[in-house]
Amino acid sequence: MDLTIGPNQFFWPAETVRGFYRDLALTPAARVVLGELVCSKRLPFWEGEIPGAIEALQAAGKEVALTTLALITLRRERKLTADLMDLGLPVEVNDLTALRHLTDDQPFWVGPLVNVYNEGTLRWLAQRGAVRVCLPPELPLESVATLARTGANLGVAVEVWGHGRLPLALSGRCYHARLHDRAKDSCQFVCEEDPDGRDVETLDGQPFLAVNGIQTLSQSTATAAHQVEALHEAGVSALRLSPQSRGFAETVALYHQRLTGGIAGNRLAESLRPWVPGGALSDGFLTGPAGAAWSGA
Amino acid sequence: MMELVCPAGTPAALRAAVEAGAHAIYCGFADETNARNFPGLNFSREEMADAVAHAHARGAKVLVAINTFPRAGGEAMWHRAVADAETAGADAVILADPGLLAHAAEHHPKLRLHLSVQAAAANPDAINFYAEAFGVRRVVLPRVLTVAEITAINREIDVETEVFVFGGLCVMAEGRCSLSSYATGRSPNMNGVCSPASHVVYSEEPDGLRAALGGFTIHRTPPGRPAPYPTLCKGCFTSGEQTGHVFEDPVSLDATQLIPALARAGVSALKIEGRQRSRAYVAEVVRAFRAAVEAEAAGLPLPVSLLARLTEGQAATTGAYAKTWR
Repeated sequence: MDLTIGPNQFFWPAETVRGFYRDLALTPAARVVLGELVCSKRLPFWEGEIPGAIEALQAAGKEVALTTLALITLRRERKLTADLMDLGLPVEVNDLTALRHLTDDQPFWVGPLVNVYNEGTLRWLAQRGAVRVCLPPELPLESVATLARTGANLGVAVEVWGHGRLPLALSGRCYHARLHDRAKDSCQFVCEEDPDGRDVETLDGQPFLAVNGIQTLSQSTATAAHQVEALHEAGVSALRLSPQSRGFAETVALYHQRLTGGIAGNRLAESLRPWVPGGALSDGFLTGPAGAAWSGA
Repeated sequence: MMELVCPAGTPAALRAAVEAGAHAIYCGFADETNARNFPGLNFSREEMADAVAHAHARGAKVLVAINTFPRAGGEAMWHRAVADAETAGADAVILADPGLLAHAAEHHPKLRLHLSVQAAAANPDAINFYAEAFGVRRVVLPRVLTVAEITAINREIDVETEVFVFGGLCVMAEGRCSLSSYATGRSPNMNGVCSPASHVVYSEEPDGLRAALGGFTIHRTPPGRPAPYPTLCKGCFTSGEQTGHVFEDPVSLDATQLIPALARAGVSALKIEGRQRSRAYVAEVVRAFRAAVEAEAAGLPLPVSLLARLTEGQAATTGAYAKTWR
């Protein structure tokens, strides 16, 4: 197994993005997906960083793909999606809308926000040219194993969500704006205040969710620290690590050590904690009774 | 006239809906293949065949929802559901999963396919793609669109659109939400349930009734006040200095006043949510909406008093249909 870095889900200032990808180029990640996933309104503020980031990552020997938006509704978002296809890099589809714009012979990747729950869908995507699929984080290990086997037969690399706050839901409504008594169209980009999303607790103070514009995330950071062997055995080809604001290069290095046999699951989990927003970990979607559960507790 | 598509969780509700004037009824088999997989609801194979015969004899259609995402290693159950719906004489099946759509298009070429709201096709490119790839004839639009956007979509597509006008309201893009399984392990996509009752615990506490889902407090209701069901996205939470309904208030959708606008937007069918509702509720809502779509088709004003009664005492919203909701 190797490591794929997913697109940054959050809204960071351009100089932060620049530093992030400069540091990422020095990590042992095999490939990187970048681009705006969550909100097309954010893109103009940081898209100037994308060419430099691609250049630095490719110079460091990493494969680079560009993500589509996760929820495409507006005309300019449709155009943005169509234009992505002409940039000469693999496209990671995170909304099936993008399939309409792909040419027949254009190989593509499929991100975790596309519903690939079964062999039939995986086969159908492979027939259309999918060469790499990151499965939805909701899937249990049993389903992952079935799909990894199917992927191996089809020549599709199958990835699993390895690290990061879980992308749980998308909406037409911007919750960041709503928390500031604003509508989406007059959001004033308040999501920039929360580089890992804005925490949401229950009335009893239980850490629960985080909002990030139109997206709802888990407050816990999911990690496959304890499932590396099982995923490897199942034939999973890569772990997907999702960017966070602190200690991400260290995080990538720690997962690399875990994959190469340098450290065990417990050690990885404990080493991740200081960098993880809020410090809570989970792995319940893979092996527990519910997504929020943590096998290391 | 716009087609009125009405819910039925039981054969009795289906008969009531037909009698009340439903043009079409949607329902599902009693298993994980449909997104309202609740105990005691839905149809056996025999009941489905009887229901179709009953509806057809009275000029109504039956649409079978097979709109969860088949489990890896277990797709046969979903394939069987599609085959059985066709055998029962269903007028269409409502599907969401691309793999299942591909299967249906290949193995059941005469069966009419509708794209479920669970597929969340939210723009003309996506809709045209589903139409070209699978021959989908109608798309149930996700509840993230404004009326103006629906109008624009209908100008760019050749298939029919169906929109929700009444009942429960998802605030998330349907089929793209795993909040429920994060808290409970059971989700709409995989199990056909959201915020399942099996994982709800109520506890009487000094300050009122606490309702928890999978151990997470969803809301607290002061003594003597009616407690809403703890649906996760309608819960009361805290974020920083603020406490409130972060995602959505405990409201339901009521777009009755938008019926003329939706007709002008080119919408073919109006859908009422509520397969878990009683026969009496279904009959009342269907009767009111049938009168409303008839009035609309005749160019008459909507029978307001009839519709107002349905939401009496309940908070309602027009949801994403109004741009300010976002």
